[in-house]
Amino acid sequence: MVKTRLSVVDVNLCVGCQCCMFACSRRFGAGGLSKTAILIRSAGGIERGFIVQVCRACEDPPCASVCPTDALKLRSGGGVLLDAAKCIGCRLCVEACTVEAVLWDSESDKPMICVHCGLCVQACPYGVLELSRGV
Amino acid sequence: MPLRRARTLERCITVIERDPIQKVLYVDLTRRRFWIEERADLFEKYIGGSGVAIKLLLEECRKGADPLGPDNPIIFAAGPLNCIFPMASKTVAMFKSPLTGNLGESHAGGRSGIALRSAGLGALVIKGASDIPIYLSIHDGKVSFRDARVLWGMRSSYTVGRVIRERESSAGLRTIMRIGRAGENLVRYACVITETYRHFGRLGLGAVFGSKKLKAVTIAGTNNIQVRDIKEYKQLYQEIFTLETTAPALKKYHDIGTPMNLIPLNKIQALPAYNLKQASLDKVEAISGENLAKNYLGRRVSCGHCPVSCIHLAALREPYEKEPYFYKTTMISYDYEPIYALGTMLGITSPEGLLKLIDEVEVAGLDAMSCGVALAWATEAQENGLISNKAEGTITQLKWGDYNAYIKAVNYIVEQPNEFYKALAQGVEYAAAKYGSLEYALAFGGNEMPGYHTGPAAHIGYLTGARHSHLDSAGYSLDQKLLASKVSPTPSSVADTLFEEEAWRQILSTLVVCFFSREIYKPEVVQKALKVIGWDLSLDNLKSIGYEILALKHEFKRREGFNAETLRIPKRILETPTPHGKLDGMFIKDAVAKYFNRVQSIKA
Ligand code: SF4
Ligand code: SF4
Ligand code: SF4
Repeated sequence: MVKTRLSVVDVNLCVGCQCCMFACSRRFGAGGLSKTAILIRSAGGIERGFIVQVCRACEDPPCASVCPTDALKLRSGGGVLLDAAKCIGCRLCVEACTVEAVLWDSESDKPMICVHCGLCVQACPYGVLELSRGV
Repeated sequence: MPLRRARTLERCITVIERDPIQKVLYVDLTRRRFWIEERADLFEKYIGGSGVAIKLLLEECRKGADPLGPDNPIIFAAGPLNCIFPMASKTVAMFKSPLTGNLGESHAGGRSGIALRSAGLGALVIKGASDIPIYLSIHDGKVSFRDARVLWGMRSSYTVGRVIRERESSAGLRTIMRIGRAGENLVRYACVITETYRHFGRLGLGAVFGSKKLKAVTIAGTNNIQVRDIKEYKQLYQEIFTLETTAPALKKYHDIGTPMNLIPLNKIQALPAYNLKQASLDKVEAISGENLAKNYLGRRVSCGHCPVSCIHLAALREPYEKEPYFYKTTMISYDYEPIYALGTMLGITSPEGLLKLIDEVEVAGLDAMSCGVALAWATEAQENGLISNKAEGTITQLKWGDYNAYIKAVNYIVEQPNEFYKALAQGVEYAAAKYGSLEYALAFGGNEMPGYHTGPAAHIGYLTGARHSHLDSAGYSLDQKLLASKVSPTPSSVADTLFEEEAWRQILSTLVVCFFSREIYKPEVVQKALKVIGWDLSLDNLKSIGYEILALKHEFKRREGFNAETLRIPKRILETPTPHGKLDGMFIKDAVAKYFNRVQSIKA
């Protein structure tokens, strides 16, 4: 099976338009940003450009290591898959991710985990993001 | 017809009940209290944005209230399309203007519209006044009152943003609206800055913040918003998004930005220069969008949920005088309007000088347009010997093109060390009335002139527009269309076109979409977009709501003393030829009267 992996091509191209964030959240069919798994924020002020906070598809992910209920399963191709039924909302994964890519959905009180689907790539008007296909 | 309207509204209500937009957050600064009221009644009738804001202003602002007193409320309103469709990125602010004494309204993007709606709110009403400087931190509808005593008096508005950014959470999801020293010192055209480079610029919201000792408001939240039909929603979203990312007009906003108009307007002699003694100027290429993009552009950024990214930041690298091989780089946002007001109006064609002046205005937190027009008037008044150093204390000698003198003068406007600058801080209308040269004081209804001397429609628009802004009814665009079509305008044709345009723009600013997307959010698209999220409104409904909002704005204006009959036409605009030739004062008066007849007839 072909496994996809999201990556950041060139963060300098980012204009902070949030279109990727809205695209990600729209997966669930709602407006707003509460369900996004990608966060764009300024690098200490817009004049300095932006930071893209998103899952790096780790092969040995710290978020999964710390999960006390085994709710985060290793995803082939990198990153993790969330088994929501197991998740107790302890936020240890949020703390564990070095690049702060585990975002939180306050509605379900569970993490928002990137599934490397590439919807954000399609929505980015400036070629900041890329979806590569590994085997 | 009334029956049909009632039925559609009923269906609307059921959806609004689930939509957090109906929640209005009230904050009382005097008592440090806050509460939420469900105001579906307002949103179902007036959609959101400007429609809801004007109703709230009529409710909350006592007749005759001092614009700089605790009775003047500050209202921010989002619209139903914020957070749902791209380019619905704006927020409407309403208040009683300390500059004109009647309707205060300005719009800004940044993250403001997204943040307000994400916080689960449709509107925010700030009342009363604090005794000490504070800022508000609003998260998901909860308000914290934070000490801002340390921030008060800080030289640069950039630093204020930086401090709050570090202290508050929700990076990437929040808006930080703040004022500079101009707002603290109640300069009547002080602005509110949001996300460093966007502004609630016109009509003095910054001074209203200052009068309440309100330094900043930060808002964030994580609410999502349900739509009625997910499949249709995603499809319509894609259609709109594709239009926005392929329209050539919008690509231009991205490439060169709003200053793309500079050279064309200069060519047709419609670009006000030297306080409109001229309508074009030499060497304008140096401060054109093309030249700035080529030699200074350092970054483009966008408002939240907008693929266009029209905001251009110049990187200005300056050496330190005393230290060799040491430089500072400042990122300065430039647009057509500041280039006009602080550049061409003041005869500044040095790009670096202009950027430095724009930066100083930003640091102080002034509306660039009003500030530039005031300085242009002051320069001419000095030339004419109207202002004597003796009587007023030391006054900077202003000279066309001398940006260093203007930078000094900006700081004097903020500090108001003498009678002259005290007057200038009240606006050009006030200063010119005091020193006697109203003929060349370029203000309309008390608001300083925007950068278009394109013909009669532009000026009629400034006079009649509820905000006295070029964006009210886009007369500058009508002038250029008329020029191209070679049709001779009549007072009634101009009045009618401007009236219809202003009425429709009320709908755009209920949603709240960026006016740059007006060619995309046509009535049919607006109707469809609202339908997808569950708001059923017919095209007729939309149209009549637009008229109604416009009527309400004029109701507020009249209530606060606005009188269409005493509107002053600055003589200067009749002297300097436009692309339509010299303007005829009678034509303008006639069109203005016809316009207000249309406004009156809305109620009938
Ligand atoms: S790849 Fe998919 S899940 Fe991951 S951030 Fe992009 S849209 Fe969201
Ligand atoms: S869509 Fe692209 S340019 Fe816009 S914020 Fe996301 S990564 Fe940046
Ligand atoms: S076009 Fe410009 S002003 Fe309008 S929403 Fe986009 S970035 Fe903001």
